[in-house]
Amino acid sequence: MAEVTLVEAVNLALARALSDDPNVIVLGEDVGVNGGVFRATVGLQQRFGPQRVVDTPLAELLISGLCVGMAAQGLRPVGEIQFMGFIYPCIDQLVNHASRLRNRTRGRLSCPMVLRTPHGGGIRAPEHHSESTEVMLAHIPGLRVVIPSSPERAYGLLLAAIRDPDPVVFLEPTRIYRAAKGQIDDDGEALPLDVAFVLREGQDVTLISWGAMVKETLAAADQLAGDGIRAEVIDLATLKPYDADTILASVQKTGRCVIVHEAARTGGFGAEIAALIAEHGLTSLLAPVVRVTGYDTVIPLPRLEQHYMPSVNRIAAAARKVCQFS
Amino acid sequence: MAERAITDEELPVIARFEVRQRSYLAPDGTVLRRLPHFASDTNALVSLYRGMALTRAFDTKAVSLQRTGRLGTYAVSLGQEAVSIGVASAMRGEDVLLPSYRDNAALLWRGVTMEEILLYWGGDERGNHWSGPVHDFPFCIPVGSHAPHAAGVAYAFAVRKQPRVAVCLFGEGATSKGDVWEAMNFAGVHKLPVVFVVNNNQWAISVPLKLQTASETLAQKAIAAGFAGEQVDGNDVIAVRAAAEEAIAEARAGKGPRFIEAVTYRLGDHTTADDAARYRPPEEVQARWKEEPIARLRSYLVGQNAWGKVQEEQLAAECQQLIEVAIERYLATSPRLPETMFDNLYAELPEAYAAQRRELKEASHG
Repeated sequence: MAEVTLVEAVNLALARALSDDPNVIVLGEDVGVNGGVFRATVGLQQRFGPQRVVDTPLAELLISGLCVGMAAQGLRPVGEIQFMGFIYPCIDQLVNHASRLRNRTRGRLSCPMVLRTPHGGGIRAPEHHSESTEVMLAHIPGLRVVIPSSPERAYGLLLAAIRDPDPVVFLEPTRIYRAAKGQIDDDGEALPLDVAFVLREGQDVTLISWGAMVKETLAAADQLAGDGIRAEVIDLATLKPYDADTILASVQKTGRCVIVHEAARTGGFGAEIAALIAEHGLTSLLAPVVRVTGYDTVIPLPRLEQHYMPSVNRIAAAARKVCQFS
Repeated sequence: MAERAITDEELPVIARFEVRQRSYLAPDGTVLRRLPHFASDTNALVSLYRGMALTRAFDTKAVSLQRTGRLGTYAVSLGQEAVSIGVASAMRGEDVLLPSYRDNAALLWRGVTMEEILLYWGGDERGNHWSGPVHDFPFCIPVGSHAPHAAGVAYAFAVRKQPRVAVCLFGEGATSKGDVWEAMNFAGVHKLPVVFVVNNNQWAISVPLKLQTASETLAQKAIAAGFAGEQVDGNDVIAVRAAAEEAIAEARAGKGPRFIEAVTYRLGDHTTADDAARYRPPEEVQARWKEEPIARLRSYLVGQNAWGKVQEEQLAAECQQLIEVAIERYLATSPRLPETMFDNLYAELPEAYAAQRRELKEASHG
């Protein structure tokens, strides 16, 4: 067991995957000699060579398209997109090819690839470096969308994503790359995909979040505990396909639900969860489902960014309101 | 220190490039230069001729199926048969083809069956589950977006040290897309075993080549990516085959990628959903019929006493027979159960969508 940060956990998982399976290829901009702009791939090229840890030209569409071709040949490519704001040229490859290669060939070809990218704001970054557009990806049939919220889950879920026989977009919460620390036993054990993690049990209200926002959500649960409100905290972890059972079981118990995400509200993934609860959990509801989210505006540059991000206070206030609803 | 003034004309030239054009047969079938080695075997040429003739007969039938509501939108290769056939005939079975939607002929040559091709264009994904060249990609519909796949496939060959080549076919419109450039650029950097072939048929639906690019040739686009590009007469199947054979051999030998621009002409509509008379004059098309590849090779073969009326009639009958059988099989394909649309979405359907599959099954079985 060693204490590592989230980004170090990503690095350990990549090293483990490269070492376990000769088919694994890591590729992206600056992932080689430089070890990635966040150091997620540091040391990998030295250890596994430039053919398996590839510094690509500066072309995001290419990175995702190469992954499709490699994966169709049975390699296990893990592409890195430097920031989520640069992932959009890859959407064509994800929608038109990666997610449907297996389906459109009736299983003759498949696409076991992973596309990793830092996710979210709050790091005082330049423009286009703070996006959280996970819902665009979660809408694509045939894809998996995974986002860890701790070093343990980063390690276990990334290994699972690389071993998965289908394409996975793996979002890494930039804001807690180094802030989150955890104990990792580098034993190659994967965590299950498609399941949510109940991080804290409670009877009064269900708080659902993912990625970096889990940190604020857990802090809000602490604050609520001081008021005698017992909050259950769920880390969704896999957004597609997501774990409806865990959500519905929790809401059945608590009757109240607050969904937290930093992406803009309209059509955000919180809307999907609210719809799920409306369709399948209405009779257990004691209060309306509430979303605490980023606003429906462009995420501002650093001077106003903190006003955009859901805060511990906003989350706790929403939960109190939900609990007071009668 | 006094510096000598130099004029702009005296600045050193640091690079010069050339693009060559290859052709063997003139439009009337006369020989322009010594034929490549493979062409000394008349049977090999007859085989190419049969491939092109079968393609044209198949296309004709496919269009009539479409017109009578028994096939979906279909793209014929009328006038461009030499490109697909010339390239496919230069490949080995273990190579991987990444075709665009107009490359039915290349797939046919590589062993995909006519009923499988009809099934796909008839609106059934099972048509892509062919038993022939199992690693070949299905038709690429979003133009040029398969070029990066070709580079990825070639990278896999390189990593595994397999002497295989990826061959990617696309139209001239695709060369306007970043996808194609990004793929070529990467292939050049890593000297990957991949051959890019552009079927320059002059028209991307209604947009002519001159609005696609101001580049003198498309072949020269390879030069910027650091490898050779060659232009061939795309209506001369001997030229296409020879260029592809050489490019594939070089790629297989580890000498890196190649680019072939096959200059041809789209004699037909873009697809059955298009009416080319809306945007190009019939005189232009009429004039281009003089250059088409099948009559050209036939003239040559007839001149060599390797082909005649009897063989032509025999071949036509044979093609009709093969096509009729394929159409019968295609039309007799058992329908798919609606819920199978969920099959092969993932290796294993996640529980989250299993309920939708059941919902669809119940709804459709009434």
